[in-house]
Amino acid sequence: MSAAIELDNVCCDFGTFRAVDNANVAIKPGEFFSFLGPSGCGKTTILRMISGFIEPTGGVIRIGGQDVKGKRPNQRPTALIFQNLALFPLMPIWENISFGLEVRGVDKAARRAKAEELLRLVDLPGAADKMVSQLSGGQKQRVAIARALAVEPSVMLLDEPLSALDLKLRQHMRAELRAIQKRTGVTFIYITHDQGEALAMSDRVGVMSQGRIQQIADPREIYNNPVNGFVASFVGENNIFDGTAGPVADGFAGFDTPEGRFRARIAPEAVGKAVKLYVRPEHTVLTTAPGAENSVPVTVTEVSFEGAFISVLTETATGKSVVAEIRNDGSATVPNIGAQLHAGFAAERAALLPDANVRG
Amino acid sequence: MRRYGMGLTLTICLLVAFWLLMLVIVPNITLFEQSFRPYLPVTEIGGPKDVYSFDNFLKVFNGDTQVTLLGFTFNIPVHVLTFSLTIFYSILVTILCFCLAYPLAYYMAKIVNPKTLPTLLLLLFIPLWVSEVLRAFAWWIILALKGPLNSLFLFLGVIDKPVRWIVDYNGVIIGLVYTYVLFMLFPIYNAIQSLDTNQIEAAEDLGAPWWKIHLKIVMPHAKPGIASGSVMVFMLSAGSLLVPSILGSTTSQWFTQTIDQWFKDALDWNTASAYALLLLILCTVFVSLAMWVFKVKLSDIAK
Repeated sequence: MSAAIELDNVCCDFGTFRAVDNANVAIKPGEFFSFLGPSGCGKTTILRMISGFIEPTGGVIRIGGQDVKGKRPNQRPTALIFQNLALFPLMPIWENISFGLEVRGVDKAARRAKAEELLRLVDLPGAADKMVSQLSGGQKQRVAIARALAVEPSVMLLDEPLSALDLKLRQHMRAELRAIQKRTGVTFIYITHDQGEALAMSDRVGVMSQGRIQQIADPREIYNNPVNGFVASFVGENNIFDGTAGPVADGFAGFDTPEGRFRARIAPEAVGKAVKLYVRPEHTVLTTAPGAENSVPVTVTEVSFEGAFISVLTETATGKSVVAEIRNDGSATVPNIGAQLHAGFAAERAALLPDANVRG
Repeated sequence: MRRYGMGLTLTICLLVAFWLLMLVIVPNITLFEQSFRPYLPVTEIGGPKDVYSFDNFLKVFNGDTQVTLLGFTFNIPVHVLTFSLTIFYSILVTILCFCLAYPLAYYMAKIVNPKTLPTLLLLLFIPLWVSEVLRAFAWWIILALKGPLNSLFLFLGVIDKPVRWIVDYNGVIIGLVYTYVLFMLFPIYNAIQSLDTNQIEAAEDLGAPWWKIHLKIVMPHAKPGIASGSVMVFMLSAGSLLVPSILGSTTSQWFTQTIDQWFKDALDWNTASAYALLLLILCTVFVSLAMWVFKVKLSDIAK
């Protein structure tokens, strides 16, 4: 009962503004797929095109192999969970959940039974006769999921449904959503601007910027091998150095910066383009003696304790700030402010990446 | 008080008090008191015959007339008949207003481009700049036997000879719907506007056809608006004197016209007061009953 979704050169224009530009994705049946990007990047537009509220101005959308052009939302096998949930406040919970069955002409007893069953699935038994206003944020969340599942969709579309919840509940609901998806086997398409959510829950993530899909890969690949500067800096933190790349050898290239000469990985696609050097704070180490390569003298300007790790803000002689993270496992000594150290990183851990892929 | 100062606050309070007391409470109490007293020559007012009684109210049951309805012929007091027809046609006007106003209100609240909304509102308001009397007469001209409506229909070939539009209650219904439709439109518009569009989309996404979305989502949400619009249109229609007087035919009689005749033709202000009070009370009872049937609370309407 889960369906594959294919987006084939899908575009969407609002007047002269191109909200989605040539989106190509093939989402597998039963996959948990996330679109990740800042607000206004076109991810919600993609979701609304799949659910049928917006018609694409170009390209083809296929659900389960079928072109859905011209089909209204009530004719598509998708169920959308809205950002504000859009529960019906005038109906009790069980009628909310069985609304999709009611419009299909299912009789009352069967609807009630289905609602009770779904309430057990989302771990909210006994709430059938309550009103929406009597539930907490997390409970409303579960009702919205149950309501969408009631129509047995082959695809569930979720538009930042966790954004209204507080942090602890959000983390709990992440695991819950993932579990419900595994139990039902329905294809989930999840929209979020929260990289933590996308990385933790998804089988694959599509990172978007300015209407374009920048990279589609599994969460680890997205974090460890971003294809460009936008993906690298939107997903996780980075120390970024400007400079010019030297000749390439064995996938590595020299990189001349005002802070000195570095060496880092470079992908074949990036060769010849304007690139910057990206290295993550957790891969940046602070040492008292200079390293053999990729080392720059720095002065510690600020130390901030984050709990699991300690973030050390330093500055090079040229005034460039470099952040290093030390794990709070007692193995490393925390430097004092003003300490003269050397910041360094392994060449394998640093990447030379071009800027974001935008319309040219 | 702190914002407007002592003088202005006092002036406003006094004006409101004057308005309430002299223009609402005193006339109604006078009407109430008069309705229980007999109509007497001036010299006998305050005399032994001037006692309180229900005689004026019971006059509605005087004088039977024969009515045939759905194949049944029966006798009914003529003023009771007038009252029943007034209520019946006021309900009809209310329903017609709802049928016109609901789609337009939905269109204005959810479909129309917000940029063109002010123009639309202006178009709806412009007729209100003209006095009600003139508007009623305008309809009288439009609907006349040799009026523009018949000319247009003859020209288009819809009809082959002029139709007499103002027969029976037709003219009154058209006039009342035209005059009071905006009182239905705006409460419904306000109610629908406050509905989260996502709920309409969610219902559609769950497979609901358009009419089910209206029946299950939009109308229940707009119920307070529909209720307050209906109450206003019904009360104003049942209490309208101008439109039935101008657009009425020889066979139409509105209850307010009967009251008017007691006042001005019979010069019996006491019976007129009793009839006016009857109309007020029975309409209020009827509206309360309708609200109870449709499970609408007074606090919903006040919104």
